[in-house]
Amino acid sequence: MKKVIECSHAIAEAVKLCKPAVIPMFPITPQTHIVERLADFINEGSLDSEMIHVESEHSAMSAAIGSSAAGTRTFTATNSQGLLLMSEMVFVASGMRLPIVMAIANRAVSSPINIWCDHSDSMAVRDSGWIQLYCESTQEAFDTIIQAFKVAEKTFLPAMVCVDGFSLTHVWEPADILSSKEVDKFLPKYKPMFSLDPKKPVTMGPIAFPNTYQDFKKQQHDAMKESLKEIVDVNKEFKSKFNRSYGNGLIETYKMDDAKIVYVCMGSLCTTVRGVIDDYRKKGKKVGMIKIKCFRPFPTENILDVTKDVENLLVIDKAVSLGNEPIVFNEIKSALYGKNIKLRSYVAGLGGRDVTHYMLRKALEDKDKGGEEWLG
Amino acid sequence: MSKKLNIGGVITEPGSTKHYKTGDWRTFRPYWDKTKCIQCMRCWQFCPDISIPQKDGKRQDTDFDFCKGCGICAKECPVKCIVMNKEKK
Repeated sequence: MKKVIECSHAIAEAVKLCKPAVIPMFPITPQTHIVERLADFINEGSLDSEMIHVESEHSAMSAAIGSSAAGTRTFTATNSQGLLLMSEMVFVASGMRLPIVMAIANRAVSSPINIWCDHSDSMAVRDSGWIQLYCESTQEAFDTIIQAFKVAEKTFLPAMVCVDGFSLTHVWEPADILSSKEVDKFLPKYKPMFSLDPKKPVTMGPIAFPNTYQDFKKQQHDAMKESLKEIVDVNKEFKSKFNRSYGNGLIETYKMDDAKIVYVCMGSLCTTVRGVIDDYRKKGKKVGMIKIKCFRPFPTENILDVTKDVENLLVIDKAVSLGNEPIVFNEIKSALYGKNIKLRSYVAGLGGRDVTHYMLRKALEDKDKGGEEWLG
Repeated sequence: MSKKLNIGGVITEPGSTKHYKTGDWRTFRPYWDKTKCIQCMRCWQFCPDISIPQKDGKRQDTDFDFCKGCGICAKECPVKCIVMNKEKK
């Protein structure tokens, strides 16, 4: 059913439809509306989940690990300082191969303290072994939560669904909210490979000595790479059932058929970029966009496929790697090693700064300069 | 991958630590003088590694497969029938 809904509430609706048994949570701006709404659902009796009010995000992820290890579907949400506080357990969850789904309401990281959007928080844990899916719209956030549970539970990899704090989480827009029946048909019950059961004792999270540790990391690395296919398949299946998809699930392209100058970006910024591209297209300029939806695992092959005839790439990062090139730019450059494409890096929108059409047009004018520029 | 390992390092057989012998961590080796021992079982109680077996209420020889040589038994022994000597390798 289509309705006008706040993105955070749409995420909560999606979580409700996935019926997690446990939701450990600690509130943090701008994630609060997601977990508040879930608490409402539990209170009114429309969601039969155990919500655990913990004393910190470190405990939230620890409780999520416990409930997932017990073999139940588990959801939580956080961002910024909360994600950093739980980061120790974020690595534990992926190492234990527990398919927890976590919404990230992307927010800048202190210091200075700032509650508005950029991607510094999720980028800080990009190597943690979690799948990272970035969303552009309320509809995409809703759909991605449901898809993320399916991908995570098939691959035994935890997944983050990243939505821009405020600039998406607090936006009201129309979205098609699926029915419980529809989601039940798409998302089967979670079948754990191992679970904590007193009748069948197992040891989880034991020490691995130098003779096995590296092999476990290789297992995780291989699983992450193989999950690329799983994400594509789940996106395809979602499309066949609900007639909606986001590119191939890994990247989405906009007006790329003959594009020579191409923006690369993630999250809600993509909508602004679409507008800029439409303006340029009216003037006959061959401009397009690659939206990276899946940042981890990184879809190198897909980037190569769509950039065969591209002359300029303008990569916009909403996070920085202080002392080096910005992160998405670095990944793109690495993916395109040896290709004859002019690259230029832009840092924009840190700590919630607006990224305007004017800035994006300026970025395009400077396309041949190479190097890096901070917009705004 | 060369080894077959459960994902996430899950161990499905209980009691697997039995296979991991920690005795080679030892720097000091407890010597137990049976003749002075009063069988108070204090060493058995205090051993953090279950390395002092007992049978029918009687202390048995130290299990050197697991004894790490921490010296708690020697410290707690009321008649000082346990002494720690440097381990000879």
